[in-house]
This record gives sequence, structure tokens and C-alpha cells, in this order.
Amino acid sequence: MTEARPLSGVPVAEAAALLEARGVHVTFHAHGGPVPAVRGLDLTLARNETLALVGESGSGKSAFARALLRMNAPPFTRHRATVSGSARLAGAGDLIAATESDLRGVRARRVAMIFQDALSALNPVMRAGRQVEEALAMARPGLDRAARRAEVGRLFAEVALPESAALARRYPHQLSGGQRQRVVIALALARAPDLLIADEPTTALDVTVQARILRLLGRLRQERGMAMLFITHDLGTVSRIADRVAVMYAGQIVELAPRETLFAAPGHPYTRGLLASRPGRRRPGERLTGTAPDPREVGPGCAFATRCLLAEAACSAHQPLRQVGPAFVRCWKVPA
Amino acid sequence: MSAVVLDGVTVRFGGSLLRRTAPFTALDRVDLTVAPGEICGIVGESGSGKTTLGRVVLGLLPPSDGRVAVAGAVPAALRGAHRRRFRARVQCVFQDSAAALNPRMSIGAAIQEGLDIHRVGDGPARARAVHDMLECVGLPRRTAERYPHELSGGQRQRVTIARALILRPEVLVADEPVSALDVSVQAQILDLLATLHAEMALTILLISHDLHVVRELCHTVAILQAGRVVEAGDVETVMTGPRHPYARRLLADA
Amino acid sequence: MTDAAAPPPERRAAPPRAPLAFQWDKATFAALALAAIVLLGVAAPLIAPHDPDAVDLVSRSLPPVWNAGGTWQHPFGTDNIGRDMLSRCLYGIRTSFGIAALGLVFSSCLGIAIGIAAGLGGRLADRLLMTVVDVFITLPNLLLMLCGIALLGSEIWVLVVMIGLVKWEGYARLVRGQVLSLRETGYVEAARTLGASGWRIATSHILPNLASPLVVILTLAFPGVLLMEAGLSFLGVGVQPPTSSLGRMIGDGRDYLIHSWWISGIPALIIVAITLCFQIIGDGLRDRLDVQLDD
Repeated sequence: MTEARPLSGVPVAEAAALLEARGVHVTFHAHGGPVPAVRGLDLTLARNETLALVGESGSGKSAFARALLRMNAPPFTRHRATVSGSARLAGAGDLIAATESDLRGVRARRVAMIFQDALSALNPVMRAGRQVEEALAMARPGLDRAARRAEVGRLFAEVALPESAALARRYPHQLSGGQRQRVVIALALARAPDLLIADEPTTALDVTVQARILRLLGRLRQERGMAMLFITHDLGTVSRIADRVAVMYAGQIVELAPRETLFAAPGHPYTRGLLASRPGRRRPGERLTGTAPDPREVGPGCAFATRCLLAEAACSAHQPLRQVGPAFVRCWKVPA
Repeated sequence: MSAVVLDGVTVRFGGSLLRRTAPFTALDRVDLTVAPGEICGIVGESGSGKTTLGRVVLGLLPPSDGRVAVAGAVPAALRGAHRRRFRARVQCVFQDSAAALNPRMSIGAAIQEGLDIHRVGDGPARARAVHDMLECVGLPRRTAERYPHELSGGQRQRVTIARALILRPEVLVADEPVSALDVSVQAQILDLLATLHAEMALTILLISHDLHVVRELCHTVAILQAGRVVEAGDVETVMTGPRHPYARRLLADA
Repeated sequence: MTDAAAPPPERRAAPPRAPLAFQWDKATFAALALAAIVLLGVAAPLIAPHDPDAVDLVSRSLPPVWNAGGTWQHPFGTDNIGRDMLSRCLYGIRTSFGIAALGLVFSSCLGIAIGIAAGLGGRLADRLLMTVVDVFITLPNLLLMLCGIALLGSEIWVLVVMIGLVKWEGYARLVRGQVLSLRETGYVEAARTLGASGWRIATSHILPNLASPLVVILTLAFPGVLLMEAGLSFLGVGVQPPTSSLGRMIGDGRDYLIHSWWISGIPALIIVAITLCFQIIGDGLRDRLDVQLDD
């Protein structure tokens, strides 16, 4: 199976695809030279599905998400990253090639992104309610003041924030972590986005709060028919929220599978190692050793070969994604 | 004789009229006993008091009520030279390894600092001890010349472990040692702690919000909620059959 | 209630990079220019074509060599009593730079020491020292210096001390602020857990981490100190004749600005050049050191 055709673990009609990314490369320009963070990523996201993008640090998952909204260029960052390839959003064209004003429109109305640190995502000197009002003003300029206020109340109720009137008057530092993250989600929902990109939204939260936020996100996604791209390094959250899972390693997708298939019968040795390395699930035989390679030093072949117990000479050749049952695996040793 | 004993320990933070903060009870009549060589997990969410408990054991915070005995001494009552010697017997590993290492100090100097402070051995002996310790934690000897920003998170955490253990302490308090690390690295660090525990006959107090981490490494566990111990006991017993509703909720959500 | 703040999964390890690696940017050029100027000043006794105090009424008020009437005998011209401008400038650089440098060293040492003592000491020490700092800040600089000079004379050491006394409180405040935040870092807490004494924490952990912001601040403060000395000498209360300093020369030439602009003008240009170099170097250092920390 070549890279050109749509890749999905679940049969997806072309018309239903919300986001189609093809051959995305993201390269950062650091002091030591160019760093290829994402090396040729293909992804299709249907409406109304949750795709989890799993990877450890340096895998390129955040770089890819930010590239979709061009957040790795000024004014978001100091240096511009080079992004190539295409990422077609239904009804908006190619995000990577879009003009800045088109992209602003996309950010305001179609795609919303939430991050890990809710405290820094919120303006510390603006009351919570007012920030959501502002987002509404940009997304739906037709609303008047009263209608906006009512909408803010409705959004707060939707994200299960109690006593919305009192809470709306609080400043971000007066809210708990869970409440802050709910406000950030409300900010995102104010635009009624088709796609919600969540970059590690629950990593900094307590376990019980995490569970609640995940349930909230799942419910919102269902009620609003949103698609969600959920980026995380925690396989626990993946098992709770994802329909499909894409595992990233060294800038490439090494496995793409429906959730049950991934956990029951992981294909790629890295995925197996990752699952076996989770603390508390003792499978010491298959645990991962060593560390991920420096993205600058990765050759054309399999990036995992240096740590793989099954590595052979043939692994140094370029590895395409192959279909293995309902999944796609970037490893020639996995039987089809 | 137990390595760590907390008997009815209460820690209260006074309120302040100026800043309008209410008095806050971080720990409420906590009883805890850790036998020598045992690995005890302290589990709780934020605000449960687990970090405060760690600081009480380290002697950084005196209890408002109750009795604390660590490695045979009462930390809050020690002064001067006794206090310094106590420090050599109880050590700590923190969560944020980047913040825990002086960015301007080489790794070797950082690990050696404990020996320098307590004047153990002479120059060449200390350097040898640093190299031995680096080997123990699975890092190459030339790491001693590197600086913290050149290492990955997992490597840095190994360095902080080396720094803590070079003094051969009896008790090690590990406050969220793996929370900030990737999954695969977490497993490696936990394996390292298990190996070192066996080799050095350590008593470890592992503070974590992650039940799986505790299950992997600990013999016993105490679950904290709002400063109280709501459930404690052998790890497998608590994990398979928790009795307190909060403990059950934690396990369900984990 | 705060949260279990797990920091985000850590970034890739940065490759080893030499600090302050040599790059051809404007800061390097400025540094070279400054080094050249300083070298000229240091070598003044060897390269000055004439005795800076030699009066030669025959060739007085000669313009610089690039104006009509100038000669190569006196490339920068002569002043109103025939002293060679080039030689005077070279010695002037020596004097002005020397006084400014010593004054800066004195004030920074004093300020750093007090700042660290206030930052690391208990509440009482902090409040006491900061009150002293506040008092000094409110005293008007020029008045203080003039009083000191009036009382103690115009010797060079007096100038150094007075300049020092006038700038130290700014550094003390800055250093104290830095120390207060460095105190809370993980590695200082780790050092305390290891059993380190206050002295060890101050010398091994606090001071090295103060170095980069301090270097930038001091570099950018130097021109101010230089101008302070120049100002005092311009007013006539700084360096006394026959010792030449750049400020003194500007002061001496102020009556001849229309006909012999070079008597004030050339020393002024030299001060501008030195100030500019320091500013560029300071900015460059700040950029380099910031980049190193947060790459």
C-alpha cells in the first residue's frame, strides 16, 4: 500500500474526511543545524472521530499539530520552522499553503487547539468569563452583548462548570487546575469548531480530574459531532478516549490502528515495547531499552532499528506503512 | 527498629492576617511506619499532603504535633553537626530533575557535592566515588564532564539519584521521581531504583500520584486524602481490594 | 489548592555547544574596537608623539590634520595653549577609563556583597540592608559626589570611591532580587538537603548563576560611570590639571567651541565611541547568554 491513498484503520469515505494530511515534513532551524521533527506524515481524520497521536518526547507529535495551525512561525515562535506537504481541511483548502488571513479565519472558526498548561493559556489579568466572551466576539461577530453573555453561561454549563455566574467573575489563578482546563475548553468550544486539537490537555492534572476531563471531552465530541486530534504520551488516556491510535516515533507514524486492535495485538515492536514498559504492567521481557535517536542522525531506514530486538540488515532500507489486518504498521517483519 | 516512624503527625500552616489566608492543615494525625529495607509508596492527589509528608521525613519541616523518628533520630530536634550528619543519612530525589541541578555546575561536581560537604575522603577518592556512582546508575563515566542541559530527562534523573546515593544514606525519599519522564524511561528509572534498593539495602519512601508506579516498585502503600491516611497496607492487598471509597475511586480512574 | 503539576514531557537533550562561541557579529567588532581603544590608552606613554603637558604657544589652536591648516605634527590639532590633542587624548583615555573601571569594580563588589547578604540572610538582615540601600538611593548622586570631593579632595582615589558609592545600591537591589529567586530553585533546595552551609550555597550555587545577568548589567553600566567621571571633570571638580581626562578636556574647550571645535569635540567623540562599543557589546552579550539558556 503506497502513501498516496487514504490511510485509515477504519474504512472512511473520501467525502467524510475532515482533515487529510499528506507528506507533511516539519523542520526546525536550531543553532546546531536543521532538525527534522516530522518526516513525511500521512493522516486522514474523519468527522466525528477521535484520533490519538501517541509518542514520546521528540517524536514530532506536537510539531505536527502546531504545523497545522502554523504555530511554529512568528509571531508564535521566534524562528520559523519549514513545513512542506499538504493538510487539506474540508471546506478550507490546504492549511499549509493557506494565506495568513485565511488561516486566521480557520483558527477563529474551524479548528481550535487546547494545550497542557491551562494557566498560561489564559490571560491572568482578565476574568474567565470575559475571555470566553472575547473568543465569542471573534468567532460570531453577529451576537450582541446580552446574547454573548447568555452564550457564555451556556458554554460554562456545557463544560460542567458549576455556578457559572460566580465563576465567570474569577481570575484564572483563583480557579483550580480542572476548572481552568474547563475554561480553556469553553474557549475552544466558543468557536463551534469542526476539529479540536488537544495537546496533552490532562497531563498536568490529578488522576480523578483527568478522568473527568476526558469524559467531558468524549461527551462534547459526541454531542457536537466534532473531530478530535488528541496528542498524548500517556497510553492510559488513549485507552479511554480514542477511536483510532497513531503511534509516532522519530517523526513518522509507525503504527495506525483502531484502539482495540492496538492494545490487544500491537504490531510494531516499538508499540509493543511501549505497552510493555508501562509501570505496573510487568512484561519485563519486551521493555524498551535505550533512548530515542537524535532526529538529525536518523537515516532513511527504520529509526527504531537501533533499539529493536528483531533488527536485521534489511531494516536499514526505507520502510513504508503496510496493512496488517485492520491496522497499518511500518515494519516489514510483521506478518500481513 | 523502624526506619521511619510517624506517630500522630500533624502539620499546620498558620494563617496570615495580612495576606488573608486561613490556617491550613496539611497533615492530620498521620501514622506511618516503614521498616528498614522496605519500599513504601505514598499516594495522593495534589493537596493531599504527600509532599509535606516527604519534607517532614527529610527534616525540612517540623511537625506541629506528633512524633517523627527517621533513621533513629528526631529530625526537628537536631542541631549543628548532628543535623549535618543526619542529612547524610536521609536523602531525596525530586521530580523536576532539570531544576534540581545547577546549570553552571558540571555533573561530576554536582554528584561530588555531598562528599565535599561532609568531607568524605580526599580529592582522588571522591573523584573515584563519582565515577563508580555514575556506573551504578548506568551512565558513562564521561558524563561527569557534561552539563545538565546536555542531558535528557532520564539521564538527569539518574544524576540526581547518583547525587543522593553517593552518601550511602539509609533512607531515600523519592518525590515523584518519574512523573516528568517518558513511559519507556520511567520503566528504566524504576528498574534502577529497584536494583539500587537491593544493592544498597535502602529504605525508600516513594511519593507519587501514579498508582501504577507504586504498584511496580513498592511493598507497602499509604493513600492520603486531604492530609489523612485513608488506606494503608501491603501493595497487592490494597490494589486488588481497596476498602475506602476514595481509594476505590483512585484505582478506578487510574 | 494547587495541582499535581507534572512538567511537560522533557525536550530533547541539547548537543554540547561552546558558550560564547566566536561569531563575526557586530558585538565582536565592537569588542575589537574597544580593545583597540583601551590598548591605545594603555600604551599612551609609548606611542604619544608629544608630552601631553608640553605648552607650545607658537602652534596653538591648530586644527586637526583633515582640516585646512592642519599638520601631521599634530594629527588631532592642538588646544588653546598649544598642547598636542592626540597625546592628551591618549592619556585622557587612560585616566578616564581607569577611574571608571575602578569605580565600577568598587561599586559592583559592594553592591553584590550586600545584595547577596540581603537575599540569603533572614528577614531582619534583609530589611536592615534594604533600608540602607533605600537611603542611598534617595541621596542625589551629584550632590553626594560634590560633598565627598569637597571634604576629601580631588585625588583619584576619592573620585573612585565617590563614583563607587553612588552606583552600588542599584546593583545591590538587582542582586538581591536575583538571589531571592535563585534561593527557591530546585538545586539550592537539593544542596540544602545535602547539608550545605549558607556560605557554600552562596559561592557554589548563587554566584555562578548571577554571573550572566551581572555581566550584561555591568557592561551596560560602564558608559554611565564613564560619563559620570567626565561630568565631574567637566565641572572642574574631577581630575585636576595637569592630569588630562576626557571630561576635563571637554570642559577646557567649552570657551572655544566656535573657532576651535576640536578641543572639546574630539574627546567627546572618543567618549561617544567608547559608550557605543559598550552598548553594542552589552546587547550582544545579553542576546548570546539568553539564547544559551533557553534554546
